[in-house]
Amino acid sequence: MSEVKNPPPSPKTPRTAMPEQDPKRRARNFEEVALGYSEKDALTEAARCLSCRKPTCKAGCPVEVPIPEFVALVKEGKFAEAAQKIKENNALPAVCGRVCPQEKQCENGCVLGKRFEPLAIGRLERFVADREREQKSAEGISAEAQKALGSDEIAASATKQPPRNDRMTRPGAGVTRGVPGKRVAVVGSGPGGLTCASDLARLGYSVTLFEALHEPGGVLVYGIPEFRLPKDIVKSEVDYIKGLGVEVRTDAVIGHLFGINELLTDHGYDAVFIASGAGFPMFMNIPGENLNGVYSANEFLTRANLMKAYLFPEYDTPIARGKNVAVVGGGNVAMDSARVAMRLGAEHVYLVYRRSLEELPARAEEVHHADEEGIEFKLLNNPTGILGDDSGRVTGLRCIAMELGEPDASGRRRPFEVAGSEFVLDVDTVIMAIGTRANPLIGNATPGLNLTDRGYIAADEITGQTSLPAVFAGGDIVTGSATVIAAMGAGKRAAKAIHAYLQNSNA
Amino acid sequence: MFSILKKEQLADGIYQYTVEAPDIARAARAGQFVILRLDEHGERIPLTIADFDAAAGTVDIVFQVVGKTTEELAACYDTGGALLDLAGPLGRPSDIPTGENVIVIGGGVGIAPVYPIARALHEAGNHVIGIIGCRTKDLVIMEDKLAAVCDEFITTTDDGTWGRCALVTEPLREVLEKRNDIDLVVAIGPGPMMKFCAETTRPFEVKTVVSLNCIMVDGTGMCGACRIEVGGETKFACADGPEFDGHAVNFDQLAMRLRGYVEQERLALDHYHGGEACQCQK
Repeated sequence: MSEVKNPPPSPKTPRTAMPEQDPKRRARNFEEVALGYSEKDALTEAARCLSCRKPTCKAGCPVEVPIPEFVALVKEGKFAEAAQKIKENNALPAVCGRVCPQEKQCENGCVLGKRFEPLAIGRLERFVADREREQKSAEGISAEAQKALGSDEIAASATKQPPRNDRMTRPGAGVTRGVPGKRVAVVGSGPGGLTCASDLARLGYSVTLFEALHEPGGVLVYGIPEFRLPKDIVKSEVDYIKGLGVEVRTDAVIGHLFGINELLTDHGYDAVFIASGAGFPMFMNIPGENLNGVYSANEFLTRANLMKAYLFPEYDTPIARGKNVAVVGGGNVAMDSARVAMRLGAEHVYLVYRRSLEELPARAEEVHHADEEGIEFKLLNNPTGILGDDSGRVTGLRCIAMELGEPDASGRRRPFEVAGSEFVLDVDTVIMAIGTRANPLIGNATPGLNLTDRGYIAADEITGQTSLPAVFAGGDIVTGSATVIAAMGAGKRAAKAIHAYLQNSNA
Repeated sequence: MFSILKKEQLADGIYQYTVEAPDIARAARAGQFVILRLDEHGERIPLTIADFDAAAGTVDIVFQVVGKTTEELAACYDTGGALLDLAGPLGRPSDIPTGENVIVIGGGVGIAPVYPIARALHEAGNHVIGIIGCRTKDLVIMEDKLAAVCDEFITTTDDGTWGRCALVTEPLREVLEKRNDIDLVVAIGPGPMMKFCAETTRPFEVKTVVSLNCIMVDGTGMCGACRIEVGGETKFACADGPEFDGHAVNFDQLAMRLRGYVEQERLALDHYHGGEACQCQK
């Protein structure tokens, strides 16, 4: 890297663009869309940072990534150190660098953004995380994890080897900063669970991560498509967390296999963190929704991403390869579904949304990418029914045009139907991406666990404490559908609260 | 990995595997199911639990060879081998009454999931009348095992080669006509069989429970692949079921949804056959 010279810092330098696959080409493959910064890009971009004395970027980060510090290291070309700096607070930097809505968080707070374009913090985070991963073998990851365990600032105290980790070599064994011998069960291995498990492991607790599916990662593996978040990256971040000593148990459907109370009693865990996700897909309750060719976005994406149905029949799981596909909804999940459908070979993919472009809840970047790839936006339209043939296959989506009236409780203008404006969209596949509701499984199976009136787990906003003493919860199962980073923030706060709880309960 | 302790062929194309799964065996209740995945390229398929033994730490699964995954399972996975993934127990357990008169009906491979339910009913002090039906003698499975937990037992075959020559609905109707004290009917088997059992009991107004074999992916409520109309409302078989009121299930929709991937299922089999005779890496 010595031959690369830092350009002189200038806030006026335009934000360094992210190299991307050509839209026409990428709309037919599952390779990553954004290609990542080169070393030169990263140095150029980092040089734009004003190194504010009172930085306001960090406050926007739900997991408190030390942004000024890591960017300063990037400026100096100390990429590995920059990655380590981020990992002090964020176990999933390669994920966050890709899927966080930075424009609403860190970059929204960037002082540069007041007069110029904000610093591309997310792209820099991705760069250092990717670079570090590329330079590390599997052994390296474990060595790195050991280093992370050893270098934690919290005062070390000798203890005996925690139980139940006997099958693995536990990095940092013999040194723990949590309460000796205390064990924590984390339910759900999505972003919230991974973050909580990682933080608790770094504190020295013995952590088991329970995952209902056959692969850890939650929404990172079943929901977010390969072209936005390659699964190898998730795997390597999970491996890092395993390297911290976290035991991962897949195929473990908590609520069925073990109850929450059972984990605390029979299995000897001292605390439980529930991060099981929102789960249950919603439908519109319109005629024809059970026809073949109608999917929830969850099903469509799970088949494509987790089960790799886009590689059928090399992989066993089938998926409808629609010629004309309608995706109903306007969030990031709708964009993902539409872009997957396009990559599966569709001629037309329509995004049917009842409000206008202004109200689309998806990230601007996702909307832009979808638009570039040829997704056709059917805005201000709402489905009223799905049509099918005699064999039960979808043949069309009946829609009605909408107009916007006065703002409703959410502050968005309320859509209403335009009388007599019904029309039929000629499609063979319909994907409902209109949100999820709480999966009732754990709530129903856990006596004494208070739920909200919408079925989510009632938990303290800061600590995640539920109505049960040793049970904490966070992420979508508490808040309803939100973002990866919001769940990570909840996991982080819960780890702190569980640490405090276990210290007190030990006294 | 879940070790296969015992593989047994019950009939032509029907197999029983005893799998080491102590946690599932401890948690399992009658009426629940598991989801299995064979290998890294595998699909997730739901299978009913045919037996479970908490003390031995084992779960029995019974399946019929109907597609790529079941064919590969039967051909390539033997005693001493292992399944990559087994998740469960899934679904809501059966409601087991006490002191009632119950008819349990199993059709074809549907006899297997009936067994744990009949056993639970029997152990709870119900009077259990068992009826099983198969196409022909060679396909009759688990007859003695099921009969042992029933107070009365009738076997039928479509062609009369074993037991009574009849469809299960005939003895069902006769029992209902003969005695008016039947409280519950549980019928598990192919969709049409369950449909006609429900139609048979409807005029007698006897509560009839069926267990639906919908297409699933995760099996925990996350994807909604298994949705089915019951009493005019859409339900998820994995989370709300798999047992439902047979008088309220839209069986035509069930049949329609089960045909959702017919083309791909054939393709998958062709692809499997197109390769080497055995695709497994063992």
